Amino acid sequence: MEGLTLSDAEQKYYSDLFSYCDIESTKKVASNGRVVELFRAAQLPNEVVLQIMELCGATRLGYFGRSQFYIALKLVAVAQSGLPLRVESINTVKDLPLPRFGASKNEQESRHTTSYSSDTENQGSYSGVIPPPPGRVQVKKGSVSHDAVQPRTSTDQQESTSPVVSPQQSPPTSPHTWRKHNRHPSGGNNERSLAGPGPFWSPFSEAQTGSSAGDAVWSGHSPPPPQENWVSFADTPPTSTLLAMHPASVQDQTTVRTVASATTANEIRRQSSSYDDPWKITDEQRQYYVNQFKTIQPDLNGFIPGSAAKEFFTKSKLPILELSHIWELSDFDKDGALTLDEFCAAFHLVVARKNGYDLPEKLPESLMPKLIDLEDSADVGDQSGEVGYSGSPAEAPPSKSPSMPSLNQTWPELNQSSEDTAIVHPVPIRMTPSKIHMQEMELKRTGSDHTNPTSPLLVKPSDLSEENKINSSVKFVSGNTVADGYSSSDSFTSDPEQIGNAVTRQRSHSGTSPDNTAPPPPPPRPHPSHSRSSSLDMNRTFPVTTELCPLKSETVHFWLCISRTSKNKLHTGQQQAGVVAHPPAVPPRPQPSQVPGPHVHRPVDAEGLITHTSTSPQQIPEQPNFADFSQFEVFAASNVNEEPDDEAEKHPEVLQVEKSSDPSGSLRVAKTDGRIEEKTAASAPANVGKSTTPLAPPPKPIRRRLKSEDELRPEVDEHSQKTGVLAAVLSSQPSIPRSVGKDKKAIQASIRRNKETNTVLARLNSELQQQLKDVLEERISLEVQLEQLRPFSHL
Amino acid sequence: MAVCIAVIAKENYPLYIRSIPAEQELKFHYTVHTSLDVVDEKVSAMGKALVDQRELYLGLLYPTEDYKVYGYVTNSKVKFVMVVDSSNTALRDNEIRSMFRKLHNSYTDVMCNPFYNPGDRIHSRAFDNMVTSMMVQVC
Repeated sequence: MEGLTLSDAEQKYYSDLFSYCDIESTKKVASNGRVVELFRAAQLPNEVVLQIMELCGATRLGYFGRSQFYIALKLVAVAQSGLPLRVESINTVKDLPLPRFGASKNEQESRHTTSYSSDTENQGSYSGVIPPPPGRVQVKKGSVSHDAVQPRTSTDQQESTSPVVSPQQSPPTSPHTWRKHNRHPSGGNNERSLAGPGPFWSPFSEAQTGSSAGDAVWSGHSPPPPQENWVSFADTPPTSTLLAMHPASVQDQTTVRTVASATTANEIRRQSSSYDDPWKITDEQRQYYVNQFKTIQPDLNGFIPGSAAKEFFTKSKLPILELSHIWELSDFDKDGALTLDEFCAAFHLVVARKNGYDLPEKLPESLMPKLIDLEDSADVGDQSGEVGYSGSPAEAPPSKSPSMPSLNQTWPELNQSSEDTAIVHPVPIRMTPSKIHMQEMELKRTGSDHTNPTSPLLVKPSDLSEENKINSSVKFVSGNTVADGYSSSDSFTSDPEQIGNAVTRQRSHSGTSPDNTAPPPPPPRPHPSHSRSSSLDMNRTFPVTTELCPLKSETVHFWLCISRTSKNKLHTGQQQAGVVAHPPAVPPRPQPSQVPGPHVHRPVDAEGLITHTSTSPQQIPEQPNFADFSQFEVFAASNVNEEPDDEAEKHPEVLQVEKSSDPSGSLRVAKTDGRIEEKTAASAPANVGKSTTPLAPPPKPIRRRLKSEDELRPEVDEHSQKTGVLAAVLSSQPSIPRSVGKDKKAIQASIRRNKETNTVLARLNSELQQQLKDVLEERISLEVQLEQLRPFSHL
Repeated sequence: MAVCIAVIAKENYPLYIRSIPAEQELKFHYTVHTSLDVVDEKVSAMGKALVDQRELYLGLLYPTEDYKVYGYVTNSKVKFVMVVDSSNTALRDNEIRSMFRKLHNSYTDVMCNPFYNPGDRIHSRAFDNMVTSMMVQVC
C-alpha cells in the first residue's frame, strides 16, 4: 500500500485504536473480534468494510499489520465521509475527520460512537450496522472490556433485536450477522447476547443452527472476542463466505434475540462498562434473571430444584460438561438447588459462555450469592467461592446445607428468638383460658356489655378468674416479666394485631366503660421498689374493685393476648420473662377473686400485682393500672389475706413462680396455685426456669416478690430506662385505694392510669422488640459465619 | 501424597481415576483393581451396615514395597481407593482419613450437580482440582 501520511491527531487516534485491537501486542492485529467490532462500529455497510479491508491489504496478508490497520482506519474515515474508497484516497484526502466508530469498544471509540450511537438507526453515514436500539452504541463504551460480557451481549442484543425491533434495521442485519459471526468464534452459539439471556433460550435453537454454521466458517478468529461483539468486523477472508451465511443466521439470531433483551441489552451495554469486573451483573440482566427465576419458582426466596434447573439450562444448548461446571460454580451451598442469587449467577455464566467467554475456574465475586447481607458478605463470598471451588475442603462451603439460603429467611425469626434470651421481655404465659379471655375481651371490646349474660366474660367468670390467677402468677415469673408486662401492654396497645384482639385490647384500656377495669393488671411486679416495677406503679393501678370485674376480665384478657402474642414472638428463651409480663391478670371479674388476676399478670411487679389483685374486688376498677406496683405491695402485704382476691393474686404469683405447683399451702394459694400452675404450665414454658415454686402460700407473695425482684433486677437493668419511663407514668398514678367505696371515681381513675400504663408498656415493648430483632440478626450472622468456618475446621 | 486416587462405583467400574506420575498409570490401575477385592472383603467382614464414618474408612488395604493402598467406602458402596507412596514419611492415619473425607465431600458435591448422571465418569473441574491438591501436596 502506499505510504500513509497521517496527521498527528490521526496518528494518535489510529495508534490508540491499534493498541486497542492489538490485544496480543504483536503489532499485528489479526482479524480478531476487536478489529471486527471496531470496524463494525464504524457503521459502514459490510461491503464497504470488506472493501476497506481489501484495500488496506489485510485481506492479502490475512491480518492487520499496523500499516494495514492505519490504512483501514483511514479508509473508514474516507468512507464515513462519503467519499469513494480508493487506495489513493488515503493520502489524497486531506482534512479527513477521524473515523468514527459506533460501538464503543474503547473510550476512544466511545467518544465517537456516542455521537452516533444511540438512537438513530444508523441512518446517515452510519448506515448500519449498529443497532438501532439506542443504547447500543453507548453501551459500547462499557462493553469495551472484553470481559464485560454484558456489553457484548447487550450490543449483540441490540443488534439482534434491532432487526426485529425496527424495520430500519433490517438492512443492517447483514452486517450484524456478519459481525455476529465474526465475533464469536467461541463454540457454539453465536448468541453473543449476554444481555439477553433469557429470551433467547428458544431462539437458541434457531440461532444455533445459523450461527453455528456461520461460526464454523468463520472460526479462525480469536476466541471470544470479548468485546464488541456486534462490531465484529468480519474477518477479512472468511467474511465473504460468512456473509452469506450470516445474513441468514444472523437474522435468525437477531430475531431470536430480540425478544426481550433488546432494551435490556442496550442498557446492559451501557451499564456494563466495568472493565475490572467483567462478571458483574447489570440491573437489566439481573431483572431478567429474576423474571426467569420466577417462571420456574414463583417464590423468590425459594429454591429451584436441580432437575428444573437442569432442564432450564439445558435449553441453552451448552454442552453438558460446561453446564455441569457452571452448576458447580454457581451452586454455592452445594445443596442441589439454586436460590435466586445462585440462579442469577448460573444464568449469567451461561450467557457469558454463550457469548464466548470462558468459564472461570472460580466463581467471580460479583456473582457470589449474598448469603449474608452484612458486611462480611464479602468474606463469605470469598470463602464460599473458595470452598465451592475446591470442593472438598469445604465440607459445606458456606454451609452446604440448604439451611444457608434459609438462613437469610429465618434470620428475623432467629433474631427474635435470640433476642428473647437476651432481652427480658415479658414472656407471655400462655394460659389456656386465655383464649376464652380473648374472646371475652373481644366481646367486651365489641361493645358487649359485661353485664350481658351472653358475654363470654360473664359466661366464664371462672375461667377468667383462673386466667387472672394464672396471669398474675405468670407475672411473677421472672424479672422479665416486668419488662414483659410492660412491653406486652405496650405491644398490646401499639400492636393490637399481634395480639389478635387488637380492637378488644385497645378497648380494654380505653375504659370505655367503668367496667373496663383497665387492662389486666400488669404482671405483678416483684417489688415496688424494683426499678422496673416502680416504673409501673402497679400498686396504684391495682386496686380495682370488683365492680370492675368485667373490665378486669377484659384487661386480663388483654394481657393474655399480649402474653400470647409476645410469647409467640419471643419464643425461645425469654419466654418466661415475656410471659410473665404478659397480660396482667385476667380481666376483672365480677368475682373478687378476679381482681388479683389481672394484676397478677403484670410481671413488672409480681408482688405488687398480687397484692394489688388481692386487695379486693374494689380494686378491679383499678386493675387497668396494672402498672401500679403499689398494688403488688399491697398484695404482698395482704398475703395472709384469705380473701379470694388474694388467691387470685396469688395465682399469678404462683404461676410466675413457674409451674411451681404448690397446690397445697394456704387455701388461696393452693387453689390459685394449682390453677395458676396449670395455666402457667400450659402457657409459659419459659416460666419454668425463672419462677421458683411457690411452695408456701403465705410466704409466696413475699418470696415471689423477692425472687421476681431478683429476676427482674437484671432485666430491669436493661430496661431501666424503659421502666423508668413506666415508673414515671405509673408513679404518677395515684395508688388505688383498696376501699371499695370509691368505685366510680376509682374505676375511672384506674382506667386512666391503666391507659397510661398501657401506652408506656407498649412503648417499652416495641423497644424491646427492636432490641430483640437486632440481637437476633447478629446472632444469625454469627451463626452463618460459624457455619462457613466450620467446614474448614473440620478437615 | 497420594500417587493415585480412584473412585470406583458400586459396580466396581471406575468413575474417576487419576495418578501421578502418568507413566505409572497402568500399574496403579492394576493396583486399584486388585485392591477392590480387599475392599469387598473388608466390607463383607464388617457385616451390618455401618454408617459411622470410622467404618467408612477401611484403612490400609495392603502394603507393598513401594506404596500402600488405603480404602474408603461410602454408604452407597462407592469406593475411594488411594495409593500412597511408601517413601513418604508415613502419613498418619488421620491424614489419610481427612483426605478421604475431602474426597467424599467433593464427591457429594459432584453428585449434587444435576447435570451429573450417577454412573458417569466424573469430569468436574472442582473435583479435579481437589484431587490435584491432594496429590500434589503429597509429593
